[in-house]
Amino acid sequence: MLDYLLFGALPYVALAVMLIGSIYRYTKKGFQVSSLSSQFLEGRQLFFGSQFFHWGMLMLFLGHLIGFLIPSAVLAWNGSPVRLLVLEFSAFGFAISSLIGLALLIKRRATTKRIQMVSNNMDYVVYFVLLVQIISGLGIAYFGRWGSNWFASVMSPYLYSVFAFNPNVDLIAQLSTSNAMALLMVKTHIASAFLIIGIIPFTRFVHFLVAPIDYIWRKYQLVIWNWDNKEIRNSRNYFPGKSRDFKNN
Amino acid sequence: MNIRSQISMVFHLDKCIGCHTCSVACKNIWTDRKGAEYMWWNNVETKPGTGYPTKWEDQEIYQGGWVKNGDTVSLKGAGKLKGLKNIFHNPNMPVLDDYYEPWAYRYQDLFDAPEGNDQPIGRAVSLITGEPMEIQAGPNWDDDLSGTPDYARQDVNFKHLSQAEQEAMFQLEKMTFHYLPRICNHCLNPACVGSCPSGALYKRGEDGVVLINQERCRAWRMCVTACPYKKSYYNWNTGKSEKCVLCYPRLESAQAPACMHSCVGRIRYLGVMLYDADQIQQVASCDETQLVDRHLDIYLDPNDPAVIKAAKANGIADSTIKAAQNSPVYKFVKEWKIALPLHPEFRTLPNLFYVPPLLPAMASVSADGTYDTVSEHLLAGVEKLRVPIRYLSSLFTAGNDQKVIDVFKRLHAVRVSRRDTTVKDVTEKQLNTVMNEAGIDVHTANAIFRLTSLATFEERFVIPAAHREEAIEMLENTGDFKGSTGFGFKEKPARGM
Repeated sequence: MLDYLLFGALPYVALAVMLIGSIYRYTKKGFQVSSLSSQFLEGRQLFFGSQFFHWGMLMLFLGHLIGFLIPSAVLAWNGSPVRLLVLEFSAFGFAISSLIGLALLIKRRATTKRIQMVSNNMDYVVYFVLLVQIISGLGIAYFGRWGSNWFASVMSPYLYSVFAFNPNVDLIAQLSTSNAMALLMVKTHIASAFLIIGIIPFTRFVHFLVAPIDYIWRKYQLVIWNWDNKEIRNSRNYFPGKSRDFKNN
Repeated sequence: MNIRSQISMVFHLDKCIGCHTCSVACKNIWTDRKGAEYMWWNNVETKPGTGYPTKWEDQEIYQGGWVKNGDTVSLKGAGKLKGLKNIFHNPNMPVLDDYYEPWAYRYQDLFDAPEGNDQPIGRAVSLITGEPMEIQAGPNWDDDLSGTPDYARQDVNFKHLSQAEQEAMFQLEKMTFHYLPRICNHCLNPACVGSCPSGALYKRGEDGVVLINQERCRAWRMCVTACPYKKSYYNWNTGKSEKCVLCYPRLESAQAPACMHSCVGRIRYLGVMLYDADQIQQVASCDETQLVDRHLDIYLDPNDPAVIKAAKANGIADSTIKAAQNSPVYKFVKEWKIALPLHPEFRTLPNLFYVPPLLPAMASVSADGTYDTVSEHLLAGVEKLRVPIRYLSSLFTAGNDQKVIDVFKRLHAVRVSRRDTTVKDVTEKQLNTVMNEAGIDVHTANAIFRLTSLATFEERFVIPAAHREEAIEMLENTGDFKGSTGFGFKEKPARGM
């Protein structure tokens, strides 16, 4: 029953809340969409914490994304034991990097008076779910063999079924493994991942929805015209307004 | 030719008395809020000095501005590769302690203290943490040459001066300082706009004011690094960057910005300049020796019929063209050539120009020990100046001494000409020599004198209204909104809520 709740219902609740909440926050509360950087108040401790955490997270995210998009390629890569080990160890390394970074960030927030002034409860919620997520991810790698293969062969089909609105909960619920800890870690990892998605609109997580990717192809300079100078200058209409046509009156 | 209009400014440094009225006017209107306490969109520095934030001119520390890169420019410490690489931690960003920690005093303690043997005190408390603090620095804690090792002697511009020249600036008989009021330059090639990963910063097409869209800013903090003048500030409370808005709500209704309106010394001038937007990249990426000339050349003569025709074709309103023709900035910068941009080597093409301070430069001491203000050879020997020309050229001309000397010659000629008019103790030969060397005639000298010393409010600030009343008709029929709510509601007030 719990499995159906966590892997059949929670994904849809989380995705719905994330979508509706994020769109609402982006369109109606644009002023509150920010990464809320606190580097201005404390920069030195932030350097190690933020770099270790973010780069580790970015790599892990891309890894999961590849496993989701092209599982067959991951399985093919893992065909050779050496390559499998390279993949597993680098993923483990990035997770350790994230964990160290997160620990440093938590320490920074807990011990720096200036940072406490800009902290709120949701910041600590964020820390908690991230800790659960990273530790359970590390647990999968430690207790189970092999996470990357398993993701490509079981998790990706499960995610497809979720996105096809026909969740195949049994894929997760009937996981059989000799190691009970591995099973617990996997289920925790999946559930807390959906939890993270669900709380995006209520936390500083929103900032990765607005990652500035379009900067890469944007022109450097940006000029915005609030009105059309030429149109105003050259208009011969008494009422050039566009909402109702009074031209011929 | 792609003509646009730009609101530009001139600050006359000889007239600045360093009273900070501009700073306070700005602070009261714009930055007296939580998260913005440390911000001074307008600040006044003492030169030589380290400024605010400390050593902002040193781009080896802060990596601001553009650098020449072949036939184009690239951002020194930000941009697509560097900016996104540093997005998780920006190594070149100034932090709070590079500005100062804002504070207030516990005034109430003075009233509430129990009776005792000691005087009650109101302790300083941090406006960030609310805890008692030791005040380390303030936004204008320059030392006016009192000689502490912390401020004047750390001036970044000293790197172009020999040790002997630096020492000379601190000798009691020769010491000199001037004030340097600073606001956002609303540059033609703004580094802050180029550096913003989320595209929140933009230059307004109609009048060239550079603004930050508060709804798009995501606190990537790149503008703080990229602005070489450090005039983009991070609000630590809201998680959004903020900067000088040139009081655009006032400008749109043809009022002077608060800092300019309140200026006690009447050092500030504001007006329209027409420029050719197609040339921006070329000019920004030209050789450093040509930077000032090319920068000033980008502004066009508003009385030239060809320019007027092109301006009209680009939709620039008649009132704007008329304002450009009467612009005091055009007179100072282009006609009289006595105003220079601050640190042109940052390549942002700033629109704030400074008349460099002549007064501390006057050095010729006559036999009786007084300064000889009518000497025709005032500037005969650069080595005699109280302030080394090299110091001023480091500020205003990217190291071109001759440009500063040319300006000084004209400023000096104005003084000699006025002395001839009022005191009448200048020989005709002296007058002619000075005027010829400066390359101006008495008529021009009088015009400079008039706009410098006697100008009325309307002559100092020539601002066309923004014509929003016409602009709004482009979007909606104003008749439809007759009788509806004016200011005050972001959403329409509806019954039942």
